[in-house]
Amino acid sequence: MSPEKSPILEVSKLVKRFGGFHALDGLSFHVVPGEILGLVGPNGSGKTTAINVISGLYAPDGGEVVFDGASSGGVASHKLVHRGINRTFQVPKPFLSLTVRENIQVALAYGGATDAPSIAELLEKYRLKEVADRPAADLNSAQQKMLDLTRALATRPRLLLLDELAAGLNPAELDWIAGRIKALAATGMAIIVVEHLMGFIEQITDRVIVLNAGKEIFEGTLATAVREPQVIEVFLGGEHAH
Amino acid sequence: MHNAPKHLVFILAPLVVVFALLPGVYQNHLLLFNFVIFLILAQGVNIIYGFTGYLPFGYVGFFGAGAYGFAIMVMHLHTPAPLAVLVGGGVAVLLGLLLTPLLRLSGAYFAIANLAASLAVLHFVANPALEGITKGPYGVSLTGTFNPTHAYYAAVVVMALTVGAVVYLKNSPFGLALQAVREDAVSASMAGVNIIKMRVIAWLASALVAGLAGGIYAWYVSVFYPDNVFSGEFSIFAIVFALFGGVATITGPIVGVLILYGIYNLIGFTTPQYFQLIYGLLIMGLVLFLPAGLVSLATRRGWHVP
Repeated sequence: MSPEKSPILEVSKLVKRFGGFHALDGLSFHVVPGEILGLVGPNGSGKTTAINVISGLYAPDGGEVVFDGASSGGVASHKLVHRGINRTFQVPKPFLSLTVRENIQVALAYGGATDAPSIAELLEKYRLKEVADRPAADLNSAQQKMLDLTRALATRPRLLLLDELAAGLNPAELDWIAGRIKALAATGMAIIVVEHLMGFIEQITDRVIVLNAGKEIFEGTLATAVREPQVIEVFLGGEHAH
Repeated sequence: MHNAPKHLVFILAPLVVVFALLPGVYQNHLLLFNFVIFLILAQGVNIIYGFTGYLPFGYVGFFGAGAYGFAIMVMHLHTPAPLAVLVGGGVAVLLGLLLTPLLRLSGAYFAIANLAASLAVLHFVANPALEGITKGPYGVSLTGTFNPTHAYYAAVVVMALTVGAVVYLKNSPFGLALQAVREDAVSASMAGVNIIKMRVIAWLASALVAGLAGGIYAWYVSVFYPDNVFSGEFSIFAIVFALFGGVATITGPIVGVLILYGIYNLIGFTTPQYFQLIYGLLIMGLVLFLPAGLVSLATRRGWHVP
């Protein structure tokens, strides 16, 4: 990551309410091309909500999201996909009755990427070649996650949001996918990773934002974050902080 | 994607040839006509239900709208029948446009709202206050257009176009994207698919084919009442035939119509006391053992069914 790069995504004072609950309460951060940013925090801290707003599934109730110099808050998801944002889901959401190949074909046909990778390349790189012609419903959870990822990559995103991609993977798979994510970032793709596995976060991120109750409470490297009393407090409770 | 020519040659062409030639060797032309009409309606249901997941319990609304669109053009403007059929299709599309807000609903809510909408259209058309336009509840009697032979062949043409449309859906990225929307709308939008646009296109396409079928039906029978062309039986039969064969396939609805409507005509008239029983058992058996339709017998064995 070179510090002189200008951000591809800038989130400022983002607010998202569900009834009286403030899922996001003035969240601000940015990410630059080629950077892997970790979003960490306890359950309910607003990580997934932030991803849902950035990817257009929720319209923000306040604040601003600027992607590649243009406001993107409240823009329909498929338009954001065409602009260069894509994501995976915490619980993978493939098109279950379609084959793996067909799942990817939809994204290749409608994702709007002019220089999209080939199906063969995606199947090979993400270990889906053997199951290419099987319905997505037949895949195991790890394979469905990879299918979610390839569906996203087929649209050639410049900003990729990964929502707990690593959860449920075994150690060998974790190492392998960490390598893949780093390789994607090396191509200039900005990546935001929401994850509970701290070892995995440490392995791949350049910087983390720690969220609590919809607000940023820390920004920096994970190694520094774990020494920060406020961070320890939200993760482990008040008595561990001192 | 590359199977479209095969599907056109081995499914569509034989179907069209058989139904084009049958009137020469089989005398019950009304039965043949009804077969063609149900082939159109079952494929119309296939387009909206099989490819997008919306179960149209009020599908007959488009059929009736098409019939009345035809009748009004013929009665008041003396329009030639083929043009009036196209207007019937156009009226159904307009009704579809009016009903697009229903697509915000899903599952049973959509099905019930669609049923209610078709009843509303029926009562609108049958309103005695509109006698000057629709003949209200007193029914339509068309003069000057009666020509069952031409109407029959028009139905075969519309059937060919409808099956052709399903062949396209089965072999194009567009059809794949529709199925993606049906499977998971959120993921489909993250694949770049404009889900609202796709749903509306499928909805209007299925409205169009039902409207064309309704217009041709009016042409064929020339005398009908609102209750005839808005009869819930059209919706139910079309849905059951499509589901029985297997939706999201080209052949499923065809197989469903040929078998179920065949049985209906074999035993429905001669031994009506057994018909309901056999029909009921068949449908229960299907729902319990073959929810994906008859063609799933083959797909379960790993055979590809177009």
